[in-house]
Parts: sequence; structure tokens; C-alpha cells
Amino acid sequence: MKFTLSWLKEHLDTTATVDAIAEALTRVGLEVEAVENKAKALQAFTIASVIEARQHPNADRLRVCLVDTGAGEPVQVVCGAPNARTGMKSVFSPPGTYIPGKDITLGKGVIRGVESNGMLCSAAELQISEDHDGIIDLPEDAPVGQPYAAYAGLDDAVIEIAVTPNRADALGVAGVARDLAAAGLGRLKTPAVAPVAGSFPCPVGVSLDFAEQDRHLCPAFALRLVRGVRNGPSPDWLQARLRAIGLRPINALVDITNLMTFDRNRPLHVFDAAKVRGDLVVRRAQPGEEILALDGKTYRLGEEQVVIADAHGVESLAGIMGGEASGCDEGTVDVLVESALWDPLNIARSGRMLGINSDARYRFERGVDPAFCQPGLDLATAMILELCGGEASEMVFAGALPAAAEPIDFPWSEVKRLTGLELSQAEMEQALTALGFTVAGQGERVRVTPPSWRADVGGKADLVEEILRIAGLDRVASTPLPRIKGEVIKPVLTVLQKRTRLAKRLLASRGMVEAVTWSFIAHEAAKLFGGGSDALALANPIAADLSDMRPSLLPGLIAAAQSNADRGHGDVALFEVGQIFTSDQPAGQLMAATGLRRGSARIEGVGRHWDGAAKPVDALDAKADVMGLLAGLGVPVGGLQIVAGGPAWAHPGRSATLQFGPKGVVGAFGEVHPKVLKALDAKGPLVAFEIHLDALPLPKARPTKVKPKLALSGFQPVTRDFAFIVDRAVAAGEMQKTAQNADRALISDVAVFDLYEGQGVEPGRKSVALAVTLQPVERTLTEAEIEAVGAKIIVEMARRYGAALRG
Amino acid sequence: MSEIDNLGVSLLDDIASAADEAALEQIRIAALGKAGSISALLKTLGAMTPDERKEKGPLINGLRDRVQAALLARKEALGEAALEARLASERIDVTLPVREGPEARGRIHPISQVIDEITAIFGDMGFAVAEGPDVETDDLNFTRLNFPVGHPAREMHDTFFFAPDSQGERKLLRTHTSPVQVRTMLAQQPPIRVICPGRTYRNDSDQTHTPMFHQVEGLVIDKSAHMGHLKWILEEFCKSFFEIDDVKMRFRPSFFPFTEPSMEVDIQCSRKGGEIRFGEGDDWLEILGCGMVHPNVLRNCGLDPDVYQGFAWGMGIDRIAMLKYGMPDLRPFFEADVRWLQHYGFRPLDLPTLTGGLSS
Repeated sequence: MKFTLSWLKEHLDTTATVDAIAEALTRVGLEVEAVENKAKALQAFTIASVIEARQHPNADRLRVCLVDTGAGEPVQVVCGAPNARTGMKSVFSPPGTYIPGKDITLGKGVIRGVESNGMLCSAAELQISEDHDGIIDLPEDAPVGQPYAAYAGLDDAVIEIAVTPNRADALGVAGVARDLAAAGLGRLKTPAVAPVAGSFPCPVGVSLDFAEQDRHLCPAFALRLVRGVRNGPSPDWLQARLRAIGLRPINALVDITNLMTFDRNRPLHVFDAAKVRGDLVVRRAQPGEEILALDGKTYRLGEEQVVIADAHGVESLAGIMGGEASGCDEGTVDVLVESALWDPLNIARSGRMLGINSDARYRFERGVDPAFCQPGLDLATAMILELCGGEASEMVFAGALPAAAEPIDFPWSEVKRLTGLELSQAEMEQALTALGFTVAGQGERVRVTPPSWRADVGGKADLVEEILRIAGLDRVASTPLPRIKGEVIKPVLTVLQKRTRLAKRLLASRGMVEAVTWSFIAHEAAKLFGGGSDALALANPIAADLSDMRPSLLPGLIAAAQSNADRGHGDVALFEVGQIFTSDQPAGQLMAATGLRRGSARIEGVGRHWDGAAKPVDALDAKADVMGLLAGLGVPVGGLQIVAGGPAWAHPGRSATLQFGPKGVVGAFGEVHPKVLKALDAKGPLVAFEIHLDALPLPKARPTKVKPKLALSGFQPVTRDFAFIVDRAVAAGEMQKTAQNADRALISDVAVFDLYEGQGVEPGRKSVALAVTLQPVERTLTEAEIEAVGAKIIVEMARRYGAALRG
Repeated sequence: MSEIDNLGVSLLDDIASAADEAALEQIRIAALGKAGSISALLKTLGAMTPDERKEKGPLINGLRDRVQAALLARKEALGEAALEARLASERIDVTLPVREGPEARGRIHPISQVIDEITAIFGDMGFAVAEGPDVETDDLNFTRLNFPVGHPAREMHDTFFFAPDSQGERKLLRTHTSPVQVRTMLAQQPPIRVICPGRTYRNDSDQTHTPMFHQVEGLVIDKSAHMGHLKWILEEFCKSFFEIDDVKMRFRPSFFPFTEPSMEVDIQCSRKGGEIRFGEGDDWLEILGCGMVHPNVLRNCGLDPDVYQGFAWGMGIDRIAMLKYGMPDLRPFFEADVRWLQHYGFRPLDLPTLTGGLSS
């Protein structure tokens, strides 16, 4: 919403400076977005007289002008404008002036051998219009030496405010002035509207043709004919006012409606009565009806739209835009002026469907003052009579004005309760009254009725806001919020929240870089990872490849790894800890911790090195990450099963599922399946893991923080090594467990310290070397006892795996 | 000179000139071994008369002691020299680069870091962290928050929708974290103090908007929380978060459907050469919206607005991260470019705490 200072002063008697007004506007909630003062930027441009303009000796298209700037000796200026001539008045800028339209700072110059000491300017060079056909041609009586901006009325500051959707009343200058007056910036002086008595009945009738349940679409409609008008250009003051806020003057009748829109937040419509056939009917559009609107576009309408029609058909889109066919132009002699009320929701929906953003729609969808429906028509009529002449008919009125707002039962104490600020009743009442509220009653509780233009005010809290914004928010004192109980804070994070944040730190400590990728991915990618259901597909995605809620963090991370590789960073280790979606229910949203390693991005180092190049990553690197993560999170892994074979995204032979029992799957790790890589247009080597943090077993609740007692043995541990030859398919982890189970009390550790396939071991078999540590508890073991344990291990290995000791 | 003296001189001479430990050992065996020269002398003592023994004994024993001491001293000297020689030959190039360890390569995303910072500050004020689903119902995202059905305010949110389900219900991606406030009020009796950080979505993309972004909201509900408390919390938060001693804030009346009165908050700053600094200058920068929880919202959550009252605020996590750490553009936050993450990310153990400072 834009207006000029002088326009504001039509409604507000004030001596406040622009800066003070701007400050007050922001303070009361009409946030100032810009204050533009052309006069400041155009200070150096003055009115000058061309004493003589003669042909440039060396250039056909240039003239050499002797210019009286009103300050001392005449100045010589070389000018290329075709309209430069002896005796004209124009605008001069001396060397050193910044020329906004050209974005240059003017210097002294010699043009084709002739000295030039300044410039005569076009309107485009001053950025006051598009006109660059020639230099500004001012009337004979323009005062030489005076600043041009002040002369041209450009010293009127243009203020632009952002109006929040609840403050429809501030979409008119009069409403803005009311707020400023209430805030103590001056006296509101908006003149009262005198009713216009018509001298003949309006020849055009109006009917509201709605079914009972649609009556709200047009509560009221007022119409009047003014006959015998002259619709030429509007007077200069009106044109200047509209231009200052960026509107294009069209003709007096249209300009008057625009003025009413911005001055009083009262959009009107004018029809050329000669182009209207019969009476006007306000109704829903019939499907398929069309209208050529004033923006030059044809709109196809549906039942959603409310229209004003005559015997020809649709003439106007109610509350949004008029029709071209019945528009007013210079030939208009009889004009029909409409002032109506429309349903804000319908206007909003209808305007959105048609894609029309008009000043009228903007106001009607926020709500205009219903009580100003008829006064608005009277005010416009009076202005038409004044500017265009003619004779006004009586007003036709259909429908009924809505009932006035109910009073609000308001205890003054509500202000202190919600804000902590203590104000006197007198000050609070003054603020409300100045804003047009009616306060009835006395004492602690009063009844406050909002004015007709404040449909947004409906309760006590709204009144508190009104009082507060006028009193000033800065008067609310900062007050420490007391702690609920005690001084030392109790922990607030849940187990999952702690695990989520710890997982990030743990994975970063493993040399991985945290990414945050989109929650939505391409449909095909979602399907590859078990997603892509209809329930999780967006109806209006922002892009085709951001259409489905992600079932896994991997597709996003794989794409990220590939784009890093494409930029020359192929050895990347990325992770993300974030939400994945298995259904559209709250419980279907899980927290996943997912990481991948690409190229040679191993934990111990990346790429080539003088000490030996890092090997390409393999699935066990991902296993190390996931095991490190579980250990760091303090998840007891005693019951964790690592089952060969992972989900569909993984290489079937180089992946595993992590589970606490068959129903307790918590994640997986492995090499990414070549088919998945291909589908995602990515290249490996690429290994990954994914853990569902919410599926992990919870730590056991313990009554004490005391750790279990530490029992240390005083006896030396003994280690015995065994190398077994087994089939390639035998799992080393199983062998470890078997060895461990040979004597659960005595064996404290079983390590796999060598793995060998090749020469000396027959094809299809492998050598697995185990180091078994025995920890005696009560006494040193005898050689015989140690031998006995070893023998048991060998027997078990042979029985279970057909293992033979390597010779 | 006696035979003993001669032997002593000769042995000490040999010891002094022994070139290495092996030569020294040969000398020792030749003198003190079973068949050694000094051992032979010692053996003669047994056949001597007491008087002879009294005279020769100390001489022979003295010789043995001197030779033993000399052997030991020479052995030490040789060992020392050998170590010197070994050390002199053992040199590495200490300038050879070592592999960069994982702690040097790993990074935490600025969003995670800033969420941890926010949690540290509000955690100290007794706020719990509440979370809710990204896929929300229209009811919780809009209706209960006092956005009437069909109201233009809904349009301001550029909502992502899912297709209607079999019951005709159309789920959406939450456009703000405010539905978490509603879920909290529905699940828990006051007093309530929570912050709700999380992902939010709007169908909007340009230089300063991404279709996904992060918000944190705060909610306080009890029987006395008022706007003065809200002001204090936000001032304390800004000082603590931006790590400055003083902050000047401007509260402007504004509008949100779910608060009344509503305010927007600007923070005073200076802008020099593209860098924003808080606590100085005379520019204002909008950083958050807030207000007293609207009576309709309280009612929609089963709370009597004449008994309970409170306030809420919300701000963009990505945005305050940009303001504090100077990222010029929002979009790279979600592009996972390791160069950006290495530069703007945080080291794995940069744990924000109030005692140790939020940033290092």
C-alpha cells in the first residue's frame, strides 16, 4: 500500500516529519517498507532557460546551448535533444551530478571540439517517466534557478507500508490516518460524506439472483446513474496522486474509482450506461460463460464466480474486475456507478482460480467497511459531478447491510494479564475511542463495540492488541521467566533425541560429513528403496524429481555422492540422520541414521599416500561404521545378529541385515547393488549402512548409577592359536561363537587373526586362524587343562564345520 | 714392578683400547674367566702361607677389583658410543605428511549445530524438545491454529498436499512447526515449556526460499506467562545465541492467525561490506514472529483461555544460522557439496554448551 505525504495530510492534520510518521506507522503495526523521496535524489536538478541554441559546428545532430541557470554567468552546454531551442525552459544539471536514469556521474567534457559544462535533461534521465524523446520542456513561467523537483511536485515523499491481512481498514489512506491520529501524530480530519440527492429515478434496476444459501455472496449492491458527464482526462492533482503511487491515469471516471479504492478502501465499478442493456442481475456465472475483462484477457467462468450481467450477458466479474464491453472511455456520457459488498472467501477463491490480482480483489477478499457501501457511492457521485459535470439519479439499493458487531465484554485487567503492562483506564479508553471503538459502561468491566471497518476484532485479546499497539509495545517491560521449580535444570531430551544428536557426532568422528538432503525424492528412486506408495506421493510437487516422501536416506545420499564425484570429489563419506517415511501416519515416520562411503573414503585415510594408497571401500567398512555407531550409542550388541543378505538396495552377497531376533530388524549394511547404482545414474565403489534409531533396544532402566563391580583376575591369561581349514562358505563369526562356547567361563576372547585362501589351501576352502584367550580366575591353569579346552574346540569345529587343523 | 702390577697395567691397557663389546668380553674371559690370568693368581692364594696371603691377597684382590671396574666402565662407554652411533644413523623425514584422521575430516551440518545451540540455551531455561510428524493433517496444521477453512491466510503458506485418502482426508506437509504446539497442548497439561525444532515445507523456491527448510518454535503455557516474559526470553536467547553482550530488539505489532496480540521482532544490526553484526549499527533485521497464543487456539486444544495463557514464537533455523555464521545463500544447505560442508560445517566434537560457549 503506497501513498504520498500530501495525500495523508488530506486526512491528518499534522506537523510531524516524514521520518516521525514512518516511525509511528511501524510502531502501530503498519510496517514501513520504503520511504521514497524523489526530491532528495533530484536536488541538483534546477530549472534553467536556454538563452540561445545554435547548430554545433562539427555535428549535425548536436546543438550548442547557452544556458541561464539562474546562478551567475550563462553556461555553455552541448545538447543532442531534437527539441532544444532558443528561449525554452528546461532542467539543468551541473557537472558532478549523478544522473539516475543513466547511472553515471556527469563530468565536464568536450564534445566534438566544443566544451560542455553540464546537461539539459530528459524525464527519463531523471527517472520520472519513460519519456526520452527530448529534454523536458517546461512552461514559460517556470522559475529559473529553482529546484525542479519541488516545482514538479516531486518533493512529496511516497510512503509504502506492508499491511497485514487482518488490517483491511489500512488499505485506504483515511484508515492509515486514523491509526496515526490515535498514536498521537495529529488530528484526523477526513471530511464527512454528504448524501447526494438524486434528481430522477435510476433507470437501471438491480436484482440479486441467488439461492437462499448463496445470499452471502452479495449482501448489498448500490447503483446510481450519472447522466451527461464529460469524461476527459482527470485534473492534474488527481493524475499526479495516482502516478505517485504507480497507477496510470486513464480518464476521470476510472481515476475517481481508483482514488476511492486507495483513499477509502472502497473499490467501485463504473459502467458506460450506453453499453448496458436492460437491468443488472447479480448472480453466479453459468458454466462456460466468458468475459473479456479490462485487462484485455478473456476468462472462461464457472459457477464459482459471481458476476454482474445484463441482457447481453456477463458485464463484470464481481469485486474483481470489470468487463471491456461496458467500460468507460472518453465517449462516455451516462455512467452507472456501482458500490457493492462481496463475500471475501468467494472473491479470494474466485480470483485465485482466474489468476487475477486486482486492487479490488485484494481489498474485497480482506473485507471492506460494509457501512461505507452507500457513503462510498455518494462520495464518488459527488466527485463525478464536480469533475465531469452531469446529473445524478437516485440510488438503487438491493440486499441489506450486515448487522453491526456485537459488543465485547472487556475487563480492563485483560491488558495487564496478557502483557504485564499496567495502563490507566483513561489511556486504554482513549486508544480504543481514537480507533473508532465504542466503549460503554464504567468501572473494571466495560462493553466495547468495534467499528464497522474492523471485522478482524472479535475478542478480548484483539482489544488488548489494539490498546497495546497504540500505547507502544516498547512499554512492555522484559520480565525474567521464573523457573518452574528448582534452580538446576533436569535433563529434557528423550532417549531418541539423545541418540539422534549423538549419532551425528559419532559418524562425524568417523570422518564422515553430514548432509541434509530433501525429504522428497523422485518416484522411481523411492520405489527402489521400498517406497513410492500413493499415500506418500505429493499431489503438487515442486519438481518432478521431488515428488515422493523418502523411504530411506540412501537415494538422497547416493545422488549427493555422485554430484560430488562429478565435481571431482569422488572419495566422499557422507551421512545423514533424519526422518524417513513408511506411511502417512505419525508412527510411519522413523528416524534413520545412514552413511555411505564412496571410492577410497576409508576411515584411516583417503586416496593415494606415500605410505600406500587406500584400498577401495568395501562392505565391511560400512559394517565398521555401523558397529562403531552402535557401540558409541551404548546399544548392547550381545543379542545382535548379523544375517547375510540385506535389503533390495544391497548386493546380495556383500550385505547383511542387522537384527535383534527376526522381528527386531534395526538396519543393514553392504555394498550398494549395481542395478540400484545404475538406476540412480551413480557409480561405485559405494558402500552404505542404514540404522533405524527408533528400533534400537532401549537402555535398561536401573535404580542406581553405580556400575557393576569390577572383578580383575590376578592370574596371567593364556593365548592359544588355531588355524582351521574350512569351506569358504563357513562364517568366521559362527566359528568365533563356537570357540567361545567351548568354555564360556574360561575363554575371555576369541579373535580372528588370519584369513587365507590360495596356495597351500585347496580351492573352495579357506584357512581361518583363531587366537583363543583363556583367563583363569581361581588359579594358574595346568598344561593339561589348557590342552583339554583346545581339544574341545578342535572337536567342535570338526563336528560343526568339518574343520581340520591346518598342517 | 711386580708381576701383579705388570699384569694390571697390561690388562687396563687392553681394556682401554678394546674396540667393541666383543673384544671387551674376550679380555674379561682372559682375565677373569675360569682359566683367566687373574683367576690363576687368585687360585695361588690357597697354597700360600698366612703371611704371604696377608701380603699378596689384597694386591691380587685389588687387581681383580680394578679390572672389574675398568671393564664395567669401558662397557658403559662402548654402549653409550654404540647408541650414539645408532641414533645418529636413525633419522626420519618428520615433514612427511601423515594421513588426515577422521576427526579432521568429519563435519556436522550447520543446521544440526544450530539446533544443538538452541537446545542448549532453551534447555537451560527448562524447555523440553517436542517433535511431531512432517506429514500432518489439515486440522493440526491449520484449523486448530485458527486458520479458518478457505481463509486467504492459508494461501500464504503455499502448502504441499497429498492426494485425498479413501475417507477424503487430504494430508499435507506441515508448513510450520506449529502443529507440534497443538500436539503438545493436546497431550500434556500446563505448565508447558517446549521448543519444537524441525523440518517444514512450502511450495516455493527462489533465491531466498527452498521447498524444505527448518523452523524452531517455542511455547509457554501456564496461568501467568505474559508478553514481558516473552520479551525477556527472546532477548536472552538472542544475546546467548549470537554471543553478544547486549542486543537491541524492536517489537512491531503484526498478524498471525494463531497469536493475538501478534508481533514481529527486529534486531538491531550494522551491515558493513555484506557482513551483518548485531549489537551495533542502526539497521533493523527481522528475525522472528511471536505473540500471545490466540484464545481460539487454546480452546481448540482444550484449554480455557480465561484460565490459561501463554505465548509462542517461531523463527527459521537456517536463517539464524546464516545470520550467525555468514552463509550468503540458503540453497547450498541442501546440496551436500562437501566443499561447502567442509567450510561451513562444524568439527565432530564442537559441542555447544553454555559453560564452554556455543561456538569455539
